[in-house]
Amino acid sequence: MVTAAAPTEARVWQLLEEVSDPEVPVLSILDLGIVRGVKVTGEQIAVTITPTYSGCPAMNVIATEIRLRLLAEGYQNVVIHNQLSPAWTTDWMSQAGRDKLEAYGIAPPVDGTATGHMLNLFGKDTAVRCPVCKSTHTHLVSQFGSTACKAHYQCDDCLEPFDYFKCHN
Amino acid sequence: MSAPLPETPATSVPAAASNQLFPFVLQLADTSLILAHRLSEWCGHGPVLEQDLALANIALDLLGEARSYYQYAAELEGQGRTEDDLAYLRSAVEYRNPLLVEQPNGDFAHTILRQFLFDNFHYHLLRKLKDGPDTQLAAIAEKSVKEAAYHLKWSSEWVIRLGDGTDESRKRLDKAIATLWRFGGELTTPTATETALQEIGVLPDYAALLAEMQAHTAHVFAEATVPLPAPAFAQLGGKTGRHTEHLGYLLSELQYMQRTYPGLTW
Repeated sequence: MVTAAAPTEARVWQLLEEVSDPEVPVLSILDLGIVRGVKVTGEQIAVTITPTYSGCPAMNVIATEIRLRLLAEGYQNVVIHNQLSPAWTTDWMSQAGRDKLEAYGIAPPVDGTATGHMLNLFGKDTAVRCPVCKSTHTHLVSQFGSTACKAHYQCDDCLEPFDYFKCHN
Repeated sequence: MSAPLPETPATSVPAAASNQLFPFVLQLADTSLILAHRLSEWCGHGPVLEQDLALANIALDLLGEARSYYQYAAELEGQGRTEDDLAYLRSAVEYRNPLLVEQPNGDFAHTILRQFLFDNFHYHLLRKLKDGPDTQLAAIAEKSVKEAAYHLKWSSEWVIRLGDGTDESRKRLDKAIATLWRFGGELTTPTATETALQEIGVLPDYAALLAEMQAHTAHVFAEATVPLPAPAFAQLGGKTGRHTEHLGYLLSELQYMQRTYPGLTW
C-alpha cells in the first residue's frame, strides 16, 4: 500500500469519478448524481451519498467501492454518510451520464415526466426514444423493470425491448 | 444489512414525545417489513414476468423503507439494539404492524386488493409526514413517497383491470373485498401512541387523511365498475400486538437464520 500525501477534496472527487455504478457500470457515481459532498478534515475523508431508491441493493456495494478506491490510494480514514434529504432525483444526473446511458442501450430519463404526483391512472406513456434506432414510436411494457430505477419499454419500429431509466423527481 | 447508518439530524420534536416516537417508528418499520416479506413470497410465482418483477420491485422499496425506520427506531431507543435486532429478534406479540399486511397472499386479486388498501393509506400518510416536524421521519417520507406513488398507481390500475375485466377476474376481486375489507379500518384508527403524536402535531389527523383516501377509492372503484363496499366493522389488534395466526408462521420463516445461528452476520 502506498502512503498517501494528505488528501485534497479535488483529488477525492477525481477518484470518485472512477467508481462506477455496479448495476449500470457505464455510469460513474458522479454521473448518477449520488455524491452530495466531500469533506476533508486533516486525515479524514467524509463522503456523503444519497440513495437512489430506498431498497436499492447497489448502495451497499457503492459504499464499499468508495472505501476500496480511496484505500487503494492509501486513504484509510474514510467515513461515509448516507443522507436521505433532499431526496435523490434524476435531475442530478449529468448530461455526460445521460449520453453514456443511451450509448449503452438504456434510454435516459425524460425530464418532467415523473409518474407519481398526479396519479393519472392509465395515463399516456412518456414518449421515450429507442436507444437503438432512435424512433419515438415506443410503448411502456411495465413501470417496473430490471432494477428499481428502470421501466421496461419496447420499440414499435425496430421491436427492440429496452430499459428506460425512469424520471424520478 | 450493513450499510452506513443515516446521518440523523437533530429531531425538533419535544423530548417528551420521543417515548411515543419509538413505538410509532417501529410500527411503520414492522408494517413495511411484513408487507415486503409477503410480496417477496410472490417472487417466481407472478402471473406474468412483468408483474412478477413489479411485485419484487415493490417488495424491495418497502424493505428499504423499513430499514430506514428500523435504523431510526434503534437510535431513538438508544439501548444498543440494531436494525437487525429489531427485525429479527422480536416475537409476534412485539410486532406492531396492522393486521392487513400480514394476511396471506391468496390469489393475485387478493394480493392486489391488500396492496391497494395499504398503498392508498401509505401514499397519503407519507405526503403528510414529509412536511412534518420530525426531521428524520420527514426525510424518510420524502424519499419513500416517490416510490409509494408508483405503487399506488400500479395497484389502482390493477383494481380497475380486475373489476372491469372478465367475469372470473371480477369474481376474484369481489371475493378479496369480502375477505379483506374489514382490515382496512385499522390503518386509520389511531392507537394511544398515534393519538399522543397527533396531539403534538407529529402525526396528521387521520380524519383528514381518510377523506383523501376515500376520494381516491371512490374514483378507482367507479372506474372498476365495482360498487363501493359499505363501511365494514374494523378488525383491530395488530398495531397493539394482537395478531392473526398468520404472523407467527411468517416470522418463523423471516427470522429463521438469526434464530438458528444467533449473531450471524453476512
